[in-house]
Order: sequence, then structure tokens, then C-alpha cells
Amino acid sequence: MIWIDTIIQGVLLGGLYALFAAGLSLVFGIMRLVNLAHGDLIVFAAYLILLLVSLLGLSPFLAAIIAAPIMFGVGWALQRHVLNRVLGPDILPPLLVTFGLSVVLQNALLEGFSADSQRLPAGEIATASVQMGGLNLGVLPLLTFASAILVIVGLNQLFYRTELGRAFRATSDDAVTAGLMGIRPERIFATATAIAMLVVTLAALYLGMRANFDPNIGPARLIYAFEAVIIGGLGSLWGTLIGGIIIGVAQTVGAAINPEWQILAGHLAFLIVLLIKPRGLFPRAVD
Amino acid sequence: MITRRKLLQSSAATGLGLAAGTLAAPAIAQGAKIKLGYVSPQSGPLAAFSEADKFILDNFAASEAGANFEVIVKDSQSNPNRAADVAGELIVDDEIDLMLVASTPETTNPVASTCEAEEVPCISTVAPWQPWFIGQQGNPGDPASWEPFYYAYHFFWGLEDVISVFTAMWGQLETNKQVGALFPNDGDGNAWGDPNVGFPPVLSELGYSLTDPGRYQNLTDDFSAQINAFRQANVEIVTGVPIPPDFTTFWSQAKQQGFTPKAASIGKAILFPQAVEALGNAGNNLSSEVWWSPTHPFSSSLTGASSAELAQGYMAATSRQWTQPIGFVHALFEMAANVMGRVDDAGDGDAVAEAIAATQLDSIVGRIAFDGAGLPPFAAQNVAKTPLVGGQWRLLDNGSYDLVIVDNSSAPEIPTAGVMEEIS
Repeated sequence: MIWIDTIIQGVLLGGLYALFAAGLSLVFGIMRLVNLAHGDLIVFAAYLILLLVSLLGLSPFLAAIIAAPIMFGVGWALQRHVLNRVLGPDILPPLLVTFGLSVVLQNALLEGFSADSQRLPAGEIATASVQMGGLNLGVLPLLTFASAILVIVGLNQLFYRTELGRAFRATSDDAVTAGLMGIRPERIFATATAIAMLVVTLAALYLGMRANFDPNIGPARLIYAFEAVIIGGLGSLWGTLIGGIIIGVAQTVGAAINPEWQILAGHLAFLIVLLIKPRGLFPRAVD
Repeated sequence: MITRRKLLQSSAATGLGLAAGTLAAPAIAQGAKIKLGYVSPQSGPLAAFSEADKFILDNFAASEAGANFEVIVKDSQSNPNRAADVAGELIVDDEIDLMLVASTPETTNPVASTCEAEEVPCISTVAPWQPWFIGQQGNPGDPASWEPFYYAYHFFWGLEDVISVFTAMWGQLETNKQVGALFPNDGDGNAWGDPNVGFPPVLSELGYSLTDPGRYQNLTDDFSAQINAFRQANVEIVTGVPIPPDFTTFWSQAKQQGFTPKAASIGKAILFPQAVEALGNAGNNLSSEVWWSPTHPFSSSLTGASSAELAQGYMAATSRQWTQPIGFVHALFEMAANVMGRVDDAGDGDAVAEAIAATQLDSIVGRIAFDGAGLPPFAAQNVAKTPLVGGQWRLLDNGSYDLVIVDNSSAPEIPTAGVMEEIS
């Protein structure tokens, strides 16, 4: 029974990691941009939600709905006015810019919100659970997992069923040729980052309800997201979900053997997958 | 002040050799202010410790004794390397007479070590004395090699005090004496879980049995392994020293899984009221060590204000709830004023260090004297212990929390305001 519980808790944890990773995967897949500020943007969104919760007295879920369009705009402006300027054949400038952005965001949040540990007030739902075959499953982790699946399904539909998705895929494959066909890559990039910020808002909602956050917590959340993206294979959204679950399950199983191995087990799983399939489990394109 | 003209005049009169002597020992002009260096983590993950700094510094500058001092404040950015750098700047560029440093070994240790090496007197606080003293030794693993310091002094409590406070609090409850431990893999967690000086030997002596699943990494997202282990061992008491986000994750998950211990005595994570409020209603009756509170029956030697008045002043000035570091940072400046009042030449580092060692001060955090009381011989010279009691966070009607002192068996002079209650 404990082993089943351990694995299910790991799968649910994987949902959280997949939510962290989905936005990263989207941006990485389309424009090969490694956004080192992704974790800090999640924390930024969490503060935005917190601000709305405390100013307007809303529930965090409602506040996240209001925060989402704001984050969409932030993502659009960020890509349009900052990141597009540095995208090019050299991958170093965007890396450095997002690194700088991460430092700036952390210190701006510290200045604005102080170092206090904050949490989104989720009320009863934070500790609620449902009984399932002798197991107690937290409502919040279940919601997180369901949201992760919805996000992946939604993004997949967007990618493969819409005109915008076709433009995304075309730009990802060959931005120059796509440009010849009348697609403006810089606008596609801006839209992609803006959509990624919607996912970031959702990740921020669940991160903020699950545990405390403070201005400095972002980078620690980034590494699992990266690993999930890489394990899943570049550009594959379902792969990102599977990657998140692999890391989550590896962590809980590792911890069940000995808590010292919890984080290590996740990293080891990542290395093993890379050893067996260096391009990740489900690579979308050959490049 | 040595001007070029003065230098030339004196060189002409006494010869260059003597002039060089003048340069090496700059005369302190009559009425010049005594220079204090103050280092604390004002930004970064540990910044909550330094939130009251500005209030305390303003208070100090406004006090009668404070008028004789110039305080140069530096931020360690919660980073040990940065702390050592700014300590060096204070000593070399600002030529301070006395270093004050506060809050967590990450800041106190590099600064105290730099001062010891540069032979500048240093007073330190807000870090349990073991990580402060042992952490600065060349070989922390070999007690025989430990050396006392000549310039670095520290006042705070130690691990042994936390252990006795926690076990005294648990003694007030009817439990099955099964304790579950949440010790992370960091300096604090390893010290608390140490099989020789940590919790394990004391607990087994007192008849408690300890379930310690092992050292986990900070910022872990899942505690189901610990919760399962605690449930299997039928644990009724949880203790540990996690960081705030980890404790929230653990506590929410424990509630989701239907695991509620009778007592949870947690160091570090629930030090600040904001961290307890982050738990929502689930923070009621969590217990923690209390180093200073507005009900401590002490008053400031600097301003005469009682603990309650200091806390009220802070809350009025910042409209924030009081926190425990306030008393200790205030006491640090009490120490500076007291020590400098007992020396003839503030620039004489050896004399200042001797004055620190001779301190007998009734401060806002209790009596500070480096007499070795309650300490092993190796640390007796450099450490002064302050009293420690135990408290429980009680949920108020408006959703905020109040820290109520429930155990004073180690320091009976500090009044209790209630008795230990079970978590429900």
C-alpha cells in the first residue's frame, strides 16, 4: 500500500513539474530560447495573484483569471521589446539577457514585497483530501495534475489544429522560410511567449497554494522544469508531462528508500534517460 | 587630521622617521565619533532577520549614548562571501573601532573570522553558539584542535537549550513519546540530528524514541516518505528545523494524508509570524523556541525601554508585528555602547576586546556576561548564553497569530502566559 501511495504521490508531483515546464517547453521548442528567468516569472505571477487576492479580496482562482491577461501582456511585451532584439544565430545573448532578467526580477520583488515568506490563501482546499481505495489523495495535488493535463491537451490542440499552431511549427522548423511564406517570426515569438505566460500564471497559482514563496525561490524551481523538458524531448508537450512524471516518481520513490536520495533520484532518472535516449523520449523534430 | 602642511611641518621638525610613526598610528581627534561597523543580511533569503535594522539604528542614533557613535552599515546579501568582503571593507577602508554582526552563521561566521584575523574586536549574535564557534574552527570534526578567539565574541543560546525547551514542552502533554524528525541536509539539520551533540542522545535518555527518516534536501516538493514513516511509527510529536516553504509543504501534505501529531515543535520555519500566517488556520498551536518577546522582563540599558515598549515602538513605527531578532539587534548596540563606555581609547583593539570579555550587562535580552555559565570549557571565553523559553502560536479571531510562552523551565524569570495545548 505504501508503495502504491508513493508512486501516486510521485505522479501527482509530476503534474506540478509539468506545469512548471510546459511554458518553458513551448518557448524552447519554438525559438530555441532558454529562458533562465522562467522560475522568477512564476514567482512574479504568484506575487501578482497575491496582490489581487489581498487588494480585491478574491479567491486565488479568480485572481489568477484576472492575472492571466496581465501576464499575457507582460509576455508579449517582454518578447517584443527585449528578447526579440537578442535572438539570433548566437545563443549566448538571449541566455545572458534572461539571466540578467532573473536577477532584476528577484531584487525588484524583494524591494517591492520584502523577504517575507508568502502563500496564496487557499482556505479549506489546501488541506482537503479524497479517499480513494484506502489512499488519501490531496485535492490540491489532484487539481494540479488535472490542470497540467488540460494545459498539455490545450497546447497540443493549439499546435496541431489551428492556423497559429501551424505558424508556430513552421517558425520552429525554419524561421527564414516561414518568413518567406508571409509569417512574421517576431510576432509569432511574441505570441508564443505570451501564451507561455498564461501557463506560468497557472503554475504560479498552484505553486503559491502548495507552499510558501519568496522573491528568491524561483531558480530552485527551474531545474526540474528543465529536466522535464529535456527528458520529454524537444518540442513534445506530452513528452514534457511524461518527463515531469518521471522526475516526480523518481523523487518520491527515492525518498521512500531514504530521504537523502529524494532530489538525487530525480537527477539520476534524468541522466539515465539521457544515456538511453540522448534526444529525449519523444523528440518532435530532427534538428 | 593630518594635512600635507602638517606633515611637512612635523617632518621638518622631527625628521621623517618620526613622521612615519605618526602615520602608522593616526591620532584620534578630541570629540571624534567612535566608528562601529554593522553587517547583517538585509537582502537575499535571510532578509527577514534584518527587517528591524533601520528601526533599531534610528533608535540608537537618537539615544544619548548613540550620539558618540558613527555606525557604518553593510549588507551581507545573505551570502557568506559577500559578508567577508564587506567586513574587510569596514576594517580597511572605514577603519572601524568595533564590528557588530547579526543573524545566521552565513553572516556572523565570515565576519567574525575576518575580524579575528585582522585583530579587530567583534560582537556577534543571532546564531546558536555551536555553529558560530565550531563552524569557525579549522577542523570542526576534531574538538582537540579547537582554539578560542581573542577578538570575536558572541551572545545567544545553544542547541542544548532548544533540546531542553522542546522536551519540557512535550512533557506537558500526554503522548506516547514517539518523535518524528524533519532534519534537512544543511548546517542546522545536521547539527540537530547529530548522534553525539544533537537531539538523538538526549531524547533516548528521556525515554523518547526518535523516527529520523534521514536528511532531505531543502526545497523538497514532496514529504510523503516522511509522513508514511511517521505514521508507521505512530508518531505523536514532530520536531525539526526545516526552512519555511518546506514546512508548509510538509504540514499541508500531512493534513491531506490525515496525519496530525499532538505536538509539532519546529525551529527556524515558524520563527516569523508571516510564515505561520502562511499556513492559514493550520498553524494553530505549533510550537517553537522563543529567544525574545515583549513579555520578557528585561529592559534596555540604552534607552531604559522595557521589552514591551521596544516592541510597541517597532509596531508603531512600521505597523508590522514584532519579531524575535528585534531584541537581539537592539542588545548588540547596547553592548557596543556599554563596552565603549569602559575603554579609554576606542582605537585600541586589544583594550576593547578585553572590555568585551569583562562585560556584565543587563540588556533587553537578559544578562550578558562572558563567564562561561552553562557552556563547555572550550567555548567559555567567547560565548555568553541568553535565556531561552518555549512558545506556541495561537490563532487569533482576525486570522493572525500570537506567540504565547508556555514553558519557562530553563529560565523561570520569564513569565509564561499559558500552558502547552495539543494540536487538533
